[in-house]
Amino acid sequence: MTEVTVQPKKKGLTRRQKRRVSRGVQYVVFVGALVALAVGADWDRLQNQFAQQDIAEQMFPDVITLALKNTVLYTVSGFLVGLVLGMVLALMRLSSVGPYRWIAGIYIEIFRGLPALLIFIFIGVAVPLAFPGTEIPGGTYGKVALALGLVAAAYMAETFRAGIQAVPKGQMEAARSLGFSPARAMVSIILPQAFRIILPPLTNELVLLFKDSSLVLFLGVTLEERELSKFGRDLASQTANSTPILVAGLCYLLVTIPLGFVVRRMETKAQEAVK
Amino acid sequence: MSRPEIEIRELYKSFGDNEVLRGIDLEIGQGEVSCVIGPSGSGKSTLLRCVNLLEEPTKGQVFVGGTEVTDPDVDIDAVRRRIGMVFQQFNLFPHLTVTENLALPQRRVLGRGKAEAARVAAENLERVGLSEKATAYPSSLSGGQQQRVAIARALAMGPEVMLFDEPTSALDPELVGDVLAVMRMLANEGMTMMVVTHEMTFAREVADRVVFMDGGVIVEDGTPDQVIAHPRHERTRHFLSRLLDPAMANVEEETSDQVGGKSE
Repeated sequence: MTEVTVQPKKKGLTRRQKRRVSRGVQYVVFVGALVALAVGADWDRLQNQFAQQDIAEQMFPDVITLALKNTVLYTVSGFLVGLVLGMVLALMRLSSVGPYRWIAGIYIEIFRGLPALLIFIFIGVAVPLAFPGTEIPGGTYGKVALALGLVAAAYMAETFRAGIQAVPKGQMEAARSLGFSPARAMVSIILPQAFRIILPPLTNELVLLFKDSSLVLFLGVTLEERELSKFGRDLASQTANSTPILVAGLCYLLVTIPLGFVVRRMETKAQEAVK
Repeated sequence: MSRPEIEIRELYKSFGDNEVLRGIDLEIGQGEVSCVIGPSGSGKSTLLRCVNLLEEPTKGQVFVGGTEVTDPDVDIDAVRRRIGMVFQQFNLFPHLTVTENLALPQRRVLGRGKAEAARVAAENLERVGLSEKATAYPSSLSGGQQQRVAIARALAMGPEVMLFDEPTSALDPELVGDVLAVMRMLANEGMTMMVVTHEMTFAREVADRVVFMDGGVIVEDGTPDQVIAHPRHERTRHFLSRLLDPAMANVEEETSDQVGGKSE
Protein backbone atom coordinates (compact mmCIF):
# COMPACT_ATOMS: atom_id res chain seq x y z
CA MET A 1 0.00 0.00 0.00
CA THR A 2 2.69 2.44 0.96
CA GLU A 3 4.84 1.99 -2.10
CA VAL A 4 5.31 5.21 -4.02
CA THR A 5 3.69 5.13 -7.40
CA VAL A 6 5.93 6.77 -9.93
CA GLN A 7 4.11 8.23 -12.89
CA PRO A 8 5.52 6.54 -15.95
CA LYS A 9 7.26 9.12 -18.14
CA LYS A 10 4.81 9.60 -20.95
CA LYS A 11 6.00 10.94 -24.17
CA GLY A 12 4.50 14.25 -25.13
CA LEU A 13 4.20 17.41 -23.09
CA THR A 14 4.38 17.76 -19.33
CA ARG A 15 1.67 19.72 -17.59
CA ARG A 16 3.86 22.76 -17.34
CA GLN A 17 4.64 22.69 -21.03
CA LYS A 18 0.98 22.27 -21.90
CA ARG A 19 0.15 25.29 -19.77
CA ARG A 20 2.74 27.34 -21.61
CA VAL A 21 1.46 26.34 -25.02
CA SER A 22 -2.12 27.09 -24.04
CA ARG A 23 -1.12 30.50 -22.67
CA GLY A 24 0.76 31.26 -25.89
CA VAL A 25 -2.27 30.40 -28.01
CA GLN A 26 -4.45 32.71 -25.90
CA TYR A 27 -2.07 35.63 -26.41
CA VAL A 28 -1.94 35.07 -30.16
CA VAL A 29 -5.75 34.98 -30.42
CA PHE A 30 -6.08 38.15 -28.31
CA VAL A 31 -3.48 40.13 -30.27
CA GLY A 32 -4.94 38.85 -33.53
CA ALA A 33 -8.41 40.10 -32.59
CA LEU A 34 -7.01 43.53 -31.65
CA VAL A 35 -5.12 43.84 -34.92
CA ALA A 36 -8.19 42.79 -36.91
CA LEU A 37 -10.25 45.47 -35.15
CA ALA A 38 -7.60 48.13 -35.71
CA VAL A 39 -7.12 47.31 -39.36
CA GLY A 40 -10.82 46.79 -40.09
CA ALA A 41 -12.07 50.02 -38.55
CA ASP A 42 -12.42 53.14 -40.66
CA TRP A 43 -10.26 55.45 -38.55
CA ASP A 44 -10.75 58.52 -40.71
CA ARG A 45 -14.50 58.47 -40.40
CA LEU A 46 -14.29 57.67 -36.71
CA GLN A 47 -12.00 60.61 -36.16
CA ASN A 48 -14.28 62.84 -38.19
CA GLN A 49 -17.28 61.88 -36.14
CA PHE A 50 -15.80 61.56 -32.66
CA ALA A 51 -12.58 63.52 -32.42
CA GLN A 52 -12.99 66.98 -33.92
CA GLN A 53 -10.63 69.14 -31.99
CA ASP A 54 -12.40 72.46 -32.63
CA ILE A 55 -15.76 71.05 -31.46
CA ALA A 56 -14.12 69.59 -28.40
CA GLU A 57 -12.51 72.94 -27.63
CA GLN A 58 -15.76 74.85 -27.79
CA MET A 59 -17.21 72.57 -25.07
CA PHE A 60 -14.83 74.03 -22.54
CA PRO A 61 -15.12 75.33 -19.91
CA ASP A 62 -18.88 74.58 -19.68
CA VAL A 63 -18.45 70.82 -19.77
CA ILE A 64 -16.51 71.07 -16.51
CA THR A 65 -17.97 74.10 -14.75
CA LEU A 66 -21.58 73.24 -15.58
CA ALA A 67 -22.07 69.65 -16.73
CA LEU A 68 -19.54 67.83 -14.57
CA LYS A 69 -20.40 70.06 -11.62
CA ASN A 70 -24.11 69.17 -11.96
CA THR A 71 -23.33 65.47 -12.35
CA VAL A 72 -21.31 65.52 -9.14
CA LEU A 73 -23.99 67.56 -7.37
CA TYR A 74 -26.79 65.16 -8.39
CA THR A 75 -24.72 62.15 -7.43
CA VAL A 76 -23.65 63.42 -4.02
CA SER A 77 -27.14 64.61 -3.06
CA GLY A 78 -28.66 61.30 -4.19
CA PHE A 79 -25.97 59.41 -2.30
CA LEU A 80 -26.67 61.31 0.92
CA VAL A 81 -30.42 60.67 0.68
CA GLY A 82 -29.69 57.00 -0.04
CA LEU A 83 -27.27 56.80 2.87
CA VAL A 84 -29.78 58.06 5.43
CA LEU A 85 -32.74 56.16 4.02
CA GLY A 86 -30.65 53.01 3.51
CA MET A 87 -29.47 53.11 7.11
CA VAL A 88 -33.04 53.45 8.38
CA LEU A 89 -34.14 50.56 6.16
CA ALA A 90 -31.25 48.37 7.32
CA LEU A 91 -32.10 48.97 10.97
CA MET A 92 -35.77 48.25 10.22
CA ARG A 93 -34.74 45.08 8.43
CA LEU A 94 -32.80 43.92 11.50
CA SER A 95 -35.48 45.04 13.95
CA SER A 96 -37.23 42.59 16.23
CA VAL A 97 -40.52 44.27 15.30
CA GLY A 98 -42.17 42.25 12.56
CA PRO A 99 -43.95 45.03 10.62
CA TYR A 100 -40.71 47.06 10.40
CA ARG A 101 -38.95 44.09 8.86
CA TRP A 102 -41.75 43.51 6.36
CA ILE A 103 -41.99 47.13 5.26
CA ALA A 104 -38.24 47.35 4.75
CA GLY A 105 -38.20 44.02 2.92
CA ILE A 106 -40.97 45.06 0.54
CA TYR A 107 -39.33 48.41 -0.15
CA ILE A 108 -35.99 46.80 -0.90
CA GLU A 109 -37.49 44.19 -3.22
CA ILE A 110 -39.45 46.79 -5.18
CA PHE A 111 -36.79 49.44 -5.59
CA ARG A 112 -34.03 46.97 -6.27
CA GLY A 113 -36.15 45.28 -8.92
CA LEU A 114 -37.19 48.38 -10.86
CA PRO A 115 -34.97 50.09 -13.44
CA ALA A 116 -33.79 53.47 -12.18
CA LEU A 117 -35.26 55.00 -15.33
CA LEU A 118 -38.80 54.06 -14.26
CA ILE A 119 -38.25 55.65 -10.86
CA PHE A 120 -37.18 58.89 -12.52
CA ILE A 121 -40.28 58.89 -14.70
CA PHE A 122 -42.40 58.09 -11.68
CA ILE A 123 -40.92 61.00 -9.70
CA GLY A 124 -41.25 63.33 -12.69
CA VAL A 125 -44.83 62.42 -13.63
CA ALA A 126 -46.67 60.54 -10.90
CA VAL A 127 -45.71 62.64 -7.90
CA PRO A 128 -46.93 65.97 -9.36
CA LEU A 129 -50.17 64.19 -10.39
CA ALA A 130 -50.75 62.64 -7.01
CA PHE A 131 -49.98 65.75 -5.00
CA PRO A 132 -50.96 68.68 -7.19
CA GLY A 133 -49.51 72.00 -6.12
CA THR A 134 -46.80 70.49 -3.98
CA GLU A 135 -43.27 71.05 -5.12
CA ILE A 136 -40.41 68.80 -4.21
CA PRO A 137 -38.04 71.20 -2.47
CA GLY A 138 -34.94 72.06 -4.44
CA GLY A 139 -36.62 71.83 -7.85
CA THR A 140 -34.80 69.53 -10.24
CA TYR A 141 -32.00 69.02 -7.74
CA GLY A 142 -34.49 67.85 -5.13
CA LYS A 143 -36.20 65.50 -7.59
CA VAL A 144 -32.91 63.96 -8.68
CA ALA A 145 -31.73 63.58 -5.10
CA LEU A 146 -35.01 61.86 -4.27
CA ALA A 147 -35.06 59.56 -7.31
CA LEU A 148 -31.42 58.55 -7.02
CA GLY A 149 -31.75 58.28 -3.25
CA LEU A 150 -34.78 55.98 -3.49
CA VAL A 151 -32.89 53.63 -5.79
CA ALA A 152 -29.62 53.80 -3.87
CA ALA A 153 -31.32 53.26 -0.50
CA ALA A 154 -32.52 49.81 -1.52
CA TYR A 155 -29.01 48.67 -2.40
CA MET A 156 -27.35 50.44 0.50
CA ALA A 157 -29.82 48.96 2.99
CA GLU A 158 -28.60 45.49 2.07
CA THR A 159 -24.98 46.64 2.28
CA PHE A 160 -25.56 48.15 5.71
CA ARG A 161 -27.35 45.05 6.91
CA ALA A 162 -24.48 42.82 5.82
CA GLY A 163 -22.00 45.18 7.49
CA ILE A 164 -23.89 45.27 10.78
CA GLN A 165 -24.22 41.49 10.77
CA ALA A 166 -20.51 41.13 10.08
CA VAL A 167 -19.67 42.71 13.44
CA PRO A 168 -19.23 39.82 15.91
CA LYS A 169 -22.15 39.15 18.25
CA GLY A 170 -19.83 39.55 21.25
CA GLN A 171 -19.50 43.27 20.55
CA MET A 172 -23.18 43.88 21.17
CA GLU A 173 -23.10 41.61 24.23
CA ALA A 174 -20.10 43.45 25.67
CA ALA A 175 -21.77 46.82 25.10
CA ARG A 176 -25.06 45.68 26.62
CA SER A 177 -23.29 44.16 29.62
CA LEU A 178 -21.64 47.56 30.23
CA GLY A 179 -25.10 49.13 30.38
CA PHE A 180 -25.43 50.53 26.85
CA SER A 181 -29.02 50.66 25.60
CA PRO A 182 -29.56 48.84 22.28
CA ALA A 183 -29.68 52.13 20.35
CA ARG A 184 -26.57 53.55 22.05
CA ALA A 185 -24.66 50.32 21.49
CA MET A 186 -25.63 50.40 17.82
CA VAL A 187 -24.47 54.00 17.35
CA SER A 188 -21.32 53.97 19.51
CA ILE A 189 -20.02 50.44 19.05
CA ILE A 190 -21.58 48.52 16.15
CA LEU A 191 -22.02 51.12 13.39
CA PRO A 192 -18.46 52.52 13.55
CA GLN A 193 -17.18 48.99 12.99
CA ALA A 194 -19.77 48.20 10.31
CA PHE A 195 -18.84 51.38 8.42
CA ARG A 196 -15.26 50.23 8.08
CA ILE A 197 -16.43 46.95 6.64
CA ILE A 198 -18.79 48.47 4.08
CA LEU A 199 -16.74 51.44 2.93
CA PRO A 200 -15.56 49.71 -0.27
CA PRO A 201 -19.02 48.48 -1.39
CA LEU A 202 -20.46 51.85 -0.45
CA THR A 203 -17.99 53.61 -2.71
CA ASN A 204 -18.92 51.23 -5.50
CA GLU A 205 -22.51 52.35 -5.01
CA LEU A 206 -21.30 55.94 -5.44
CA VAL A 207 -19.80 55.03 -8.81
CA LEU A 208 -23.06 53.39 -9.92
CA LEU A 209 -25.04 56.47 -8.87
CA PHE A 210 -22.61 58.68 -10.71
CA LYS A 211 -23.56 56.93 -13.94
CA ASP A 212 -27.27 56.73 -13.09
CA SER A 213 -27.35 60.51 -12.68
CA SER A 214 -27.47 60.67 -16.50
CA LEU A 215 -31.13 59.62 -16.21
CA VAL A 216 -31.95 63.15 -15.08
CA LEU A 217 -32.67 64.02 -18.72
CA PHE A 218 -35.98 62.19 -18.36
CA LEU A 219 -37.10 64.79 -15.83
CA GLY A 220 -36.75 67.64 -18.31
CA VAL A 221 -34.07 70.06 -17.22
CA THR A 222 -33.19 73.66 -18.03
CA LEU A 223 -29.95 74.58 -19.73
CA GLU A 224 -28.39 75.39 -16.40
CA GLU A 225 -29.34 72.04 -14.89
CA ARG A 226 -27.84 69.82 -17.57
CA GLU A 227 -25.35 67.19 -16.55
CA LEU A 228 -22.70 65.41 -18.63
CA SER A 229 -24.83 63.05 -20.73
CA LYS A 230 -27.52 65.61 -21.57
CA PHE A 231 -24.91 68.27 -22.21
CA GLY A 232 -23.01 65.98 -24.55
CA ARG A 233 -26.11 64.90 -26.46
CA ASP A 234 -27.36 68.45 -26.89
CA LEU A 235 -24.07 69.63 -28.28
CA ALA A 236 -23.83 66.56 -30.47
CA SER A 237 -27.12 67.36 -32.15
CA GLN A 238 -26.26 71.07 -32.45
CA THR A 239 -22.97 70.36 -34.17
CA ALA A 240 -24.16 67.22 -35.97
CA ASN A 241 -21.04 65.55 -34.66
CA SER A 242 -20.44 63.01 -31.90
CA THR A 243 -17.28 64.51 -30.45
CA PRO A 244 -19.16 65.94 -27.43
CA ILE A 245 -20.32 62.41 -26.51
CA LEU A 246 -16.70 61.24 -26.40
CA VAL A 247 -15.65 64.23 -24.30
CA ALA A 248 -18.54 63.68 -21.88
CA GLY A 249 -17.56 60.01 -21.63
CA LEU A 250 -13.97 60.95 -20.81
CA CYS A 251 -15.28 63.29 -18.09
CA TYR A 252 -17.09 60.34 -16.43
CA LEU A 253 -13.91 58.31 -16.49
CA LEU A 254 -12.04 61.28 -15.03
CA VAL A 255 -14.02 60.71 -11.83
CA THR A 256 -14.80 56.97 -11.83
CA ILE A 257 -11.27 55.70 -12.46
CA PRO A 258 -9.65 57.55 -9.50
CA LEU A 259 -12.64 56.54 -7.37
CA GLY A 260 -12.13 52.89 -8.30
CA PHE A 261 -8.48 53.28 -7.38
CA VAL A 262 -9.47 54.65 -3.98
CA VAL A 263 -11.85 51.71 -3.41
CA ARG A 264 -9.12 49.18 -4.11
CA ARG A 265 -6.80 51.01 -1.72
CA MET A 266 -9.47 50.89 0.98
CA GLU A 267 -10.11 47.20 0.37
CA THR A 268 -6.44 46.40 0.85
CA LYS A 269 -6.34 48.50 3.99
CA ALA A 270 -9.49 46.86 5.37
CA GLN A 271 -7.96 43.44 4.81
CA GLU A 272 -4.80 44.49 6.62
CA ALA A 273 -6.87 45.77 9.53
CA VAL A 274 -8.71 42.45 9.86
CA LYS A 275 -5.41 40.59 10.06
CA MET B 1 -27.06 38.93 58.00
CA SER B 2 -27.64 41.13 54.98
CA ARG B 3 -29.35 40.02 51.84
CA PRO B 4 -27.29 37.94 49.39
CA GLU B 5 -25.76 39.97 46.56
CA ILE B 6 -26.89 37.46 43.94
CA GLU B 7 -29.99 35.38 44.50
CA ILE B 8 -31.23 32.84 41.97
CA ARG B 9 -34.56 31.12 42.52
CA GLU B 10 -36.00 28.15 40.64
CA LEU B 11 -34.28 29.14 37.39
CA TYR B 12 -35.11 27.33 34.15
CA LYS B 13 -33.80 28.04 30.67
CA SER B 14 -34.53 26.21 27.44
CA PHE B 15 -33.26 26.78 23.93
CA GLY B 16 -36.08 25.28 21.89
CA ASP B 17 -36.41 21.69 23.08
CA ASN B 18 -33.05 21.75 24.76
CA GLU B 19 -33.49 22.30 28.49
CA VAL B 20 -30.19 23.82 29.61
CA LEU B 21 -31.06 24.89 33.16
CA ARG B 22 -33.44 22.74 35.13
CA GLY B 23 -34.23 24.45 38.39
CA ILE B 24 -31.26 26.34 39.82
CA ASP B 25 -31.31 27.81 43.33
CA LEU B 26 -28.23 29.71 44.37
CA GLU B 27 -27.32 32.53 46.72
CA ILE B 28 -24.03 34.36 46.65
CA GLY B 29 -23.21 36.65 49.54
CA GLN B 30 -21.54 40.01 49.40
CA GLY B 31 -17.79 39.73 48.86
CA GLU B 32 -18.06 36.03 48.16
CA VAL B 33 -16.03 34.46 45.36
CA SER B 34 -17.89 31.55 43.78
CA CYS B 35 -16.47 29.31 41.11
CA VAL B 36 -18.91 27.42 38.95
CA ILE B 37 -17.39 24.28 37.48
CA GLY B 38 -18.74 21.42 35.43
CA PRO B 39 -18.49 19.63 32.10
CA SER B 40 -19.13 21.59 28.90
CA GLY B 41 -22.82 21.80 28.14
CA SER B 42 -23.70 21.56 31.84
CA GLY B 43 -25.32 25.01 31.66
CA LYS B 44 -22.78 26.95 33.73
CA SER B 45 -22.21 29.69 31.15
CA THR B 46 -25.93 29.99 30.55
CA LEU B 47 -26.47 30.39 34.30
CA LEU B 48 -23.91 33.19 34.40
CA ARG B 49 -25.49 34.92 31.41
CA CYS B 50 -28.89 34.75 33.06
CA VAL B 51 -27.57 36.82 35.98
CA ASN B 52 -27.22 39.94 33.80
CA LEU B 53 -29.98 38.84 31.45
CA LEU B 54 -27.82 38.32 28.37
CA GLU B 55 -29.96 35.20 28.27
CA GLU B 56 -33.60 35.53 29.21
CA PRO B 57 -34.62 32.77 31.62
CA THR B 58 -37.61 30.67 30.67
CA LYS B 59 -38.81 30.61 34.28
CA GLY B 60 -37.60 31.71 37.68
CA GLN B 61 -36.17 34.80 39.31
CA VAL B 62 -32.77 36.44 39.60
CA PHE B 63 -31.99 39.20 42.09
CA VAL B 64 -28.81 41.26 42.09
CA GLY B 65 -28.25 43.63 45.00
CA GLY B 66 -31.92 43.31 45.90
CA THR B 67 -33.20 44.32 42.45
CA GLU B 68 -35.11 41.71 40.51
CA VAL B 69 -33.30 41.38 37.17
CA THR B 70 -36.01 39.15 35.73
CA ASP B 71 -38.78 41.71 36.38
CA PRO B 72 -40.07 42.62 32.88
CA ASP B 73 -40.38 46.27 33.92
CA VAL B 74 -36.89 46.60 35.36
CA ASP B 75 -34.48 49.12 33.79
CA ILE B 76 -32.07 46.44 32.67
CA ASP B 77 -29.43 48.94 31.52
CA ALA B 78 -29.34 50.44 35.00
CA VAL B 79 -28.98 46.99 36.59
CA ARG B 80 -26.22 45.99 34.19
CA ARG B 81 -24.18 49.04 35.16
CA ARG B 82 -23.76 47.41 38.56
CA ILE B 83 -22.72 44.05 37.09
CA GLY B 84 -19.36 43.80 35.34
CA MET B 85 -18.90 40.97 32.88
CA VAL B 86 -15.76 39.43 31.40
CA PHE B 87 -16.06 37.18 28.36
CA GLN B 88 -14.06 34.23 27.14
CA GLN B 89 -13.33 36.06 23.87
CA PHE B 90 -12.50 39.39 25.60
CA ASN B 91 -14.82 41.36 23.29
CA LEU B 92 -12.79 44.54 23.41
CA PHE B 93 -13.92 47.19 20.95
CA PRO B 94 -11.35 46.82 18.16
CA HIS B 95 -11.88 50.29 16.66
CA LEU B 96 -10.97 52.03 19.93
CA THR B 97 -7.67 52.34 21.78
CA VAL B 98 -7.28 50.76 25.20
CA THR B 99 -8.02 54.04 26.98
CA GLU B 100 -11.04 54.71 24.76
CA ASN B 101 -12.30 51.19 25.48
CA LEU B 102 -12.38 52.12 29.14
CA ALA B 103 -13.50 55.74 28.78
CA LEU B 104 -16.26 55.52 26.17
CA PRO B 105 -18.67 53.36 28.24
CA GLN B 106 -18.17 55.64 31.25
CA ARG B 107 -19.00 58.70 29.18
CA ARG B 108 -21.90 57.25 27.17
CA VAL B 109 -23.48 55.16 29.92
CA LEU B 110 -22.58 56.93 33.17
CA GLY B 111 -22.40 60.43 31.67
CA ARG B 112 -18.98 61.11 33.14
CA GLY B 113 -16.98 64.03 31.77
CA LYS B 114 -14.01 63.53 29.51
CA ALA B 115 -11.40 64.28 32.16
CA GLU B 116 -12.98 62.13 34.83
CA ALA B 117 -13.46 59.18 32.47
CA ALA B 118 -9.80 59.43 31.45
CA ARG B 119 -8.71 59.55 35.09
CA VAL B 120 -10.80 56.49 36.05
CA ALA B 121 -9.53 54.69 32.94
CA ALA B 122 -5.91 55.37 33.90
CA GLU B 123 -6.51 54.21 37.48
CA ASN B 124 -7.99 50.92 36.37
CA LEU B 125 -5.34 50.30 33.73
CA GLU B 126 -2.79 50.69 36.47
CA ARG B 127 -4.65 48.19 38.64
CA VAL B 128 -4.29 45.53 35.95
CA GLY B 129 -0.70 46.56 35.25
CA LEU B 130 -1.16 47.86 31.71
CA SER B 131 -0.61 51.60 32.02
CA GLU B 132 1.97 51.57 29.25
CA LYS B 133 -0.57 50.15 26.78
CA ALA B 134 -2.99 53.06 27.18
CA THR B 135 -2.72 54.24 23.57
CA ALA B 136 -2.44 50.81 21.95
CA TYR B 137 -5.18 49.17 19.92
CA PRO B 138 -6.51 45.80 21.15
CA SER B 139 -5.22 43.93 18.10
CA SER B 140 -1.64 44.74 19.11
CA LEU B 141 -2.04 43.14 22.56
CA SER B 142 -1.60 39.52 23.60
CA GLY B 143 -4.65 37.56 24.68
CA GLY B 144 -3.72 37.91 28.32
CA GLN B 145 -3.29 41.66 28.00
CA GLN B 146 -6.61 41.97 26.16
CA GLN B 147 -8.37 40.08 28.91
CA ARG B 148 -6.84 42.32 31.59
CA VAL B 149 -8.01 45.37 29.64
CA ALA B 150 -11.47 43.80 29.48
CA ILE B 151 -11.43 43.40 33.26
CA ALA B 152 -10.30 47.01 33.68
CA ARG B 153 -13.07 48.15 31.34
CA ALA B 154 -15.66 46.41 33.50
CA LEU B 155 -14.10 47.78 36.71
CA ALA B 156 -14.11 51.35 35.38
CA MET B 157 -17.89 51.27 35.59
CA GLY B 158 -17.66 50.70 39.34
CA PRO B 159 -19.60 47.42 39.50
CA GLU B 160 -20.77 45.73 42.70
CA VAL B 161 -20.56 42.29 41.16
CA MET B 162 -18.23 40.78 38.59
CA LEU B 163 -19.16 37.86 36.33
CA PHE B 164 -16.39 35.91 34.61
CA ASP B 165 -17.31 33.57 31.76
CA GLU B 166 -14.35 31.22 31.29
CA PRO B 167 -11.95 34.19 31.31
CA THR B 168 -8.81 32.13 30.69
CA SER B 169 -10.14 29.46 28.30
CA ALA B 170 -9.10 31.31 25.13
CA LEU B 171 -5.59 32.09 26.39
CA ASP B 172 -2.28 30.45 25.71
CA PRO B 173 -1.27 28.56 28.86
CA GLU B 174 1.63 30.87 29.72
CA LEU B 175 -0.68 33.91 29.71
CA VAL B 176 -3.27 32.49 32.10
CA GLY B 177 -1.32 33.46 35.22
CA ASP B 178 -1.46 37.23 34.63
CA VAL B 179 -5.22 37.19 34.30
CA LEU B 180 -5.69 34.98 37.35
CA ALA B 181 -3.43 37.31 39.34
CA VAL B 182 -5.72 40.24 38.55
CA MET B 183 -8.75 38.17 39.56
CA ARG B 184 -7.07 37.14 42.79
CA MET B 185 -6.35 40.80 43.55
CA LEU B 186 -10.04 41.62 43.02
CA ALA B 187 -11.07 38.76 45.28
CA ASN B 188 -8.76 40.02 48.01
CA GLU B 189 -10.28 43.49 47.68
CA GLY B 190 -13.65 42.00 48.56
CA MET B 191 -15.37 42.03 45.16
CA THR B 192 -18.37 39.75 44.80
CA MET B 193 -17.42 37.40 42.00
CA MET B 194 -19.06 34.59 40.09
CA VAL B 195 -16.52 32.75 37.97
CA VAL B 196 -17.21 30.02 35.44
CA THR B 197 -13.86 28.33 35.05
CA HIS B 198 -11.82 25.21 34.44
CA GLU B 199 -8.91 26.51 36.53
CA MET B 200 -9.03 24.18 39.50
CA THR B 201 -6.00 25.73 41.16
CA PHE B 202 -7.69 29.12 41.12
CA ALA B 203 -10.93 27.60 42.42
CA ARG B 204 -9.10 25.82 45.23
CA GLU B 205 -6.99 28.76 46.33
CA VAL B 206 -9.15 31.82 45.72
CA ALA B 207 -12.79 30.74 45.80
CA ASP B 208 -14.83 30.83 48.99
CA ARG B 209 -17.18 28.43 47.38
CA VAL B 210 -17.33 25.97 44.51
CA VAL B 211 -20.51 24.99 42.69
CA PHE B 212 -20.45 21.86 40.55
CA MET B 213 -23.08 21.72 37.80
CA ASP B 214 -24.02 18.88 35.50
CA GLY B 215 -27.00 18.41 33.20
CA GLY B 216 -28.54 21.76 34.09
CA VAL B 217 -28.69 21.25 37.85
CA ILE B 218 -26.38 22.00 40.76
CA VAL B 219 -24.95 18.67 41.86
CA GLU B 220 -22.68 19.81 44.65
CA ASP B 221 -22.11 23.12 46.39
CA GLY B 222 -19.65 23.88 49.16
CA THR B 223 -16.20 25.09 50.09
CA PRO B 224 -13.35 24.22 47.71
CA ASP B 225 -12.18 21.68 50.26
CA GLN B 226 -15.57 19.96 50.30
CA VAL B 227 -16.22 19.96 46.55
CA ILE B 228 -12.77 19.63 45.03
CA ALA B 229 -10.81 17.75 47.67
CA HIS B 230 -13.60 15.59 49.08
CA PRO B 231 -16.42 15.35 46.54
CA ARG B 232 -19.41 13.42 47.79
CA HIS B 233 -21.05 12.69 44.44
CA GLU B 234 -19.86 10.23 41.86
CA ARG B 235 -20.46 12.71 39.02
CA THR B 236 -18.25 15.29 40.71
CA ARG B 237 -15.49 12.75 41.31
CA HIS B 238 -15.72 11.55 37.73
CA PHE B 239 -15.52 15.11 36.34
CA LEU B 240 -12.62 16.09 38.58
CA SER B 241 -10.62 12.98 37.79
CA ARG B 242 -10.94 13.66 34.06
CA LEU B 243 -10.04 17.31 34.50
CA LEU B 244 -7.07 16.76 36.77
CA ASP B 245 -5.62 13.90 34.79
CA PRO B 246 -7.09 13.85 31.28
CA ALA B 247 -4.46 11.41 30.01
CA MET B 248 -5.75 8.69 32.37
CA ALA B 249 -9.33 8.69 31.06
CA ASN B 250 -10.71 5.55 29.47
CA VAL B 251 -12.77 5.39 26.31
CA GLU B 252 -16.35 5.36 27.46
CA GLU B 253 -19.65 4.40 25.97
CA GLU B 254 -21.74 7.56 25.53
CA THR B 255 -24.79 7.31 27.75
CA SER B 256 -28.01 9.12 26.96
CA ASP B 257 -27.31 11.35 29.96
CA GLN B 258 -24.11 12.64 28.41
CA VAL B 259 -25.56 13.06 24.94
CA GLY B 260 -27.86 15.74 26.29
CA GLY B 261 -24.85 17.62 27.58
CA LYS B 262 -22.90 18.04 24.40
CA SER B 263 -21.02 21.27 24.00
CA GLU B 264 -22.49 24.00 21.85
